[in-house]
Amino acid sequence: MRIRTPTEILPSEITRRECYEGRRVFLRRAAALGLAGSAFPAGELLAQNPAAARLAGARSGYSAIEKLTPYKDVTSYNNFYEFGTDKSQPAQFAHKMATRPWTVAVEGEVRRKKVFDIDELLKLAPMEERIYRMRCVEGWSMVIPWVGYPIAELIRRVEPTGRAKYIAFVTHTDPASMVGLRLPVLDWPYVEALRLDEAMHPLALLGFGLYGEVLPNQNGAPVRMVVPWKYGFKSGKSIVKILFTEHQPATSWNVAAAHEYGFYSNVNPAVDHPRWSQASERRIGEDGFFQPKRKTLPFNGYAEQVAGLYAGMDLKKNF
Amino acid sequence: MPQPKPSQLTAIKAVLFATCLVPFSRLLYGAFANTLGANPIETISRSTGWWTLAFLMATLMVTPLRRITGMGWLLRLRRMLGLYAFFYACWHFTAFIWFDHWFDVMEIGKDVVKRPFVTVGFSAFVLLLPLAATSTDAMLRRLGRNWQRLHRLVYAIATLGVLHYWWLVKRDITEPLIFAAVLALLLGVRLAWRLREAPVNIQPSSTGSRS
Repeated sequence: MRIRTPTEILPSEITRRECYEGRRVFLRRAAALGLAGSAFPAGELLAQNPAAARLAGARSGYSAIEKLTPYKDVTSYNNFYEFGTDKSQPAQFAHKMATRPWTVAVEGEVRRKKVFDIDELLKLAPMEERIYRMRCVEGWSMVIPWVGYPIAELIRRVEPTGRAKYIAFVTHTDPASMVGLRLPVLDWPYVEALRLDEAMHPLALLGFGLYGEVLPNQNGAPVRMVVPWKYGFKSGKSIVKILFTEHQPATSWNVAAAHEYGFYSNVNPAVDHPRWSQASERRIGEDGFFQPKRKTLPFNGYAEQVAGLYAGMDLKKNF
Repeated sequence: MPQPKPSQLTAIKAVLFATCLVPFSRLLYGAFANTLGANPIETISRSTGWWTLAFLMATLMVTPLRRITGMGWLLRLRRMLGLYAFFYACWHFTAFIWFDHWFDVMEIGKDVVKRPFVTVGFSAFVLLLPLAATSTDAMLRRLGRNWQRLHRLVYAIATLGVLHYWWLVKRDITEPLIFAAVLALLLGVRLAWRLREAPVNIQPSSTGSRS
């Protein structure tokens, strides 16, 4: 990662071939409907999904310069167990979840407890586009252009008390739309948590969109966490409650199998999952049949930024 | 269905042969047409593993089906089903050494030794090798009674295979559980039949008096 000067062009703004070819098709269809030129401002990136609302973010220095994982893969290969344990199921079923109206309750050790409406959260701080690597605990990875702002912006505004040491994120549970809740695969609702200083790190993002659009439901709409130096499951999706606590909260995967999924779950090639190696990963959309898997980097390549958070800690013990 | 004529049996075998190739053809087509999803390698690994287990179960189903239905000729299909289990296992194993480890022998060895789910899966594959090698008529004749003894290994292979699947999944054990239930049923009926028949061998004369 490097810090970018503001004049550089974002990789996600470079229109890929399949994208501009798609734009031609879209423009032809739009012209047929008499929309061309009016609904589609010149020079704007094609929305990957014409049905999704745009959500622009200012370019951010905290971006990886890497090839983006295709939108189709980012939105069709998801672990979101509330919609089923197969990675194709969230894209199949998540559209049933209503994301409006939506509120996020901020509770616990804060001076300003508050129930935020999603529209209020969207306006709370300026949106940024951040291209992050995402490493799943299963051994695959993606590069995703997220849109959001550091959760530190929200944390500051609700004023944590002196006792607040941890922050927990609770995912929506709606048995009517979330078919996966029928199986007791995890202890519902899904809860993930960070130490408060981890959450205050500028890389920890409260995400509202990807690829310049509002989040598709299967990616955790309307609001989710994005913690790029930890395994993907640490970033809770479709958040309805944010709880500040004094003691370390019980988190879903840790409760399910404490010896396999630690509270920290920082990406670490030196600490294997008890059942598989974490030394390498397969980049979705890139690493195919004819290349070996690529090496996984400590803290998913963000060691320079975040290693200081864990100074003096035994990362093999605190995995 | 009564005993089919030789020509009918040939036709049945041909249809079965083609049907068993369908999962493989779909994967092959998907790999070239790029329709295996975001992670085609995972799709191939999972699918070939699943079909190996499915063919092992089908192979083990032949004997109970023959007994229950009286269709003795089903035995003539068993070898093909067993060899298809081996065929899919070979692709599954190839995916493991190629896609997962890029032919790195040291890494493969470490994985086999260190990770129980790989250990049992690898063992099952190794145990399949002698069965495939002795699947010909000539070997059947040459081994005589030992052939059957050797091929009882399939019970262990299927058990290791199900265990391999069970230990692999992250959290949702629904499918491994279904395979385990099917296997338990298939091995269970064999055990039940054996137990029922055993006393006849031990006590050939049933006088009814137990002093």
